[in-house]
Amino acid sequence: MTPAEDTAPHASKGTIRVLQLYPREMNIYGDWGNALVLRQRLLWHGYTPELLEYNVGDDFPEDVDLIVGGGGQDSGQVVIQEDLQARAEQLREMAEDGTPMLVICGLYQLFGKFFKTKSGPVIPGIGILDVETVGTDERLIGNVTLTSSEFGEILGYENHSGQTSLGPGVEPLGTVSKGAGNNSKDNHEGARHRNVVASYLHGSLLPKNPAIADFLIRTAVERKYGAFVPGTPDDDFARLAREHAARRPR
Amino acid sequence: MFSFTVPLGKLVRAVSRLRGGGSALPGLVVEKIDPGFMQRTLSSLPHGVAVVSGTNGKTTTTKMVVELLESQGLKVFTNRTGSNFTRGVAAALLGEVDWRGRLDADVAVLELDEAHAVHFVNKVPPRYCLLLNVLRDQLDRFGEIDATALLLQRIAERTTGTVVLNREDPRVARIAAAVSGPEVLYFGLDQSLRSTFPNDDDMRAAAPGTSPLGDVAASPEADVVLRRVGADDADFEFDGTRVATHMKLRGVYNIFNAAAALVLARSITGASGRPGDAAKLVKALSEVAPAFGRGESLTVDGQPLELVLVKNPSGFRLGLKSFPAKGYASMIAINDNYADGRDMSWLWDVEFDSLREDGVEVLTGVRAYDMALRLQYDEVRFGSVNTDIPAALAEFIRGSAGKPKRVFCTYTAMLAIRRELSKITTVEVVS
Repeated sequence: MTPAEDTAPHASKGTIRVLQLYPREMNIYGDWGNALVLRQRLLWHGYTPELLEYNVGDDFPEDVDLIVGGGGQDSGQVVIQEDLQARAEQLREMAEDGTPMLVICGLYQLFGKFFKTKSGPVIPGIGILDVETVGTDERLIGNVTLTSSEFGEILGYENHSGQTSLGPGVEPLGTVSKGAGNNSKDNHEGARHRNVVASYLHGSLLPKNPAIADFLIRTAVERKYGAFVPGTPDDDFARLAREHAARRPR
Repeated sequence: MFSFTVPLGKLVRAVSRLRGGGSALPGLVVEKIDPGFMQRTLSSLPHGVAVVSGTNGKTTTTKMVVELLESQGLKVFTNRTGSNFTRGVAAALLGEVDWRGRLDADVAVLELDEAHAVHFVNKVPPRYCLLLNVLRDQLDRFGEIDATALLLQRIAERTTGTVVLNREDPRVARIAAAVSGPEVLYFGLDQSLRSTFPNDDDMRAAAPGTSPLGDVAASPEADVVLRRVGADDADFEFDGTRVATHMKLRGVYNIFNAAAALVLARSITGASGRPGDAAKLVKALSEVAPAFGRGESLTVDGQPLELVLVKNPSGFRLGLKSFPAKGYASMIAINDNYADGRDMSWLWDVEFDSLREDGVEVLTGVRAYDMALRLQYDEVRFGSVNTDIPAALAEFIRGSAGKPKRVFCTYTAMLAIRRELSKITTVEVVS
């Protein structure tokens, strides 16, 4: 029952540098789970993970292979806003260049064009994603199930009052069959552009959706080393946790 | 109208008890027929009303405040049934008032859920309030924790006498800036203990205290400071004196809340600066036993079985820290019913390394497999996984005979486990 021992690498197939964006401010609702899953699955696939952090005012690390970022309190979003703008061009270039990225909730919104808050002010985003978000009085809360042509059935939990609509420059991550997703009007959840995966889903997202975790890992490895040689992570408990989660009420 | 309220309410209460119903219905009836009942009854109390709120530790803290006040000879009305909402208070009042609607008490100490507390204080402005903490608890009900902090601030704004705040929780401490009328008192921690109470902003922060809210500029003086926590004792400092005392309560977070209870009890009784009363208060504090499932210890097959309620990441982390795994067989029971919170994300904000050496015997609850997945990623060994709580509990007790046992459980899982324990074995409450 200790998968790391079962699949521990005899010799590492390579090193992948995973950067957490603003883990100090943007870490609400288990975003750590996503970073942890990337770290452990890299190990289980036989690669050496290097987990890096970027917080407000830090030097931006070199040679980043994969980026993961989470949600935050409104107060957290205000704190990172200026710093994020200063890094906007660099992040845009990385995204266009094909760097795999996962952004959840708050950073999903800020990776878009803007967030018009409920009280009026417009927080500019960094425009990696062709999406717009408007703050509302309605909070979309509960279990979510969606279907994606790329990843199959995706399970998670949403909790947001910003409602996001997609422009022509992005595809939805999937189509919601339980829950709200991006907004209370259409049935889209999340956004896809290049190798960026954006979603409102906590849960955390990656533990119960290993297909997304492995997409990010495979993309990062292929970009760096040309070919991805997967290991054999034991996903029995992920499968069982998914089965039970899918049966829970909204 | 007045003359009918109490007899009718009492009748509804009696009937709903006979039917085995909850405590809210009679409260609802009274609220409808006589909206002023609660305010009128409570405002007659000589020491007024004290409200205890916050995300973690309300029940145990309220119990402590009540027992501390009783040790000083005060008659205390409290909502013991755990109905921590307005109708629950009205229902509890009905049980206590005489047929003419008079309450024989000196003071009311009420545990109130954050959201319901706001409704309550709008009806009945309290003389005292004690605000414990704002942690990630049941966020699917209240939205973000900043919103929860605003609910607590509303309670403070409606308080007429004294507001007692947690100096170490930045979201609670900064409520001081929002209140102008009432006196503000703090309970605090010794510098050496602060690292054992990570707040949510420190959770992934590089250095403790670097919260995005900014540090509370130059910590204010606290009325009571918890200086040290031992295995079964603790040191508190107040009135410039450090007092060591034995404690029946377990868990550092319970003992920190004991400091909170001391501040409130000292304020209500006017015991500050009176050494004789202080000694009585500390003696009473040392005798407070944990509330249901809050580090409660039962005896099963001649071995202790401890129930540790875990509701949110901070509570789970503190629980793991306060109750070391060594020598214990462990079970974890995770439900996701409404009262537990439906979002499982919180499990990913808890580190389980401390269980790695001894492993976990049994995982249960509706979301047992989410817990299994969580432990797999932290490389913690576990035995069986069974979503059926009664079967899992029976297996745990059978499989760990002769060993002290500990169960970490969410709220509704704890209720199910207590129910089972009373059926399958002799349950004797030992502390």
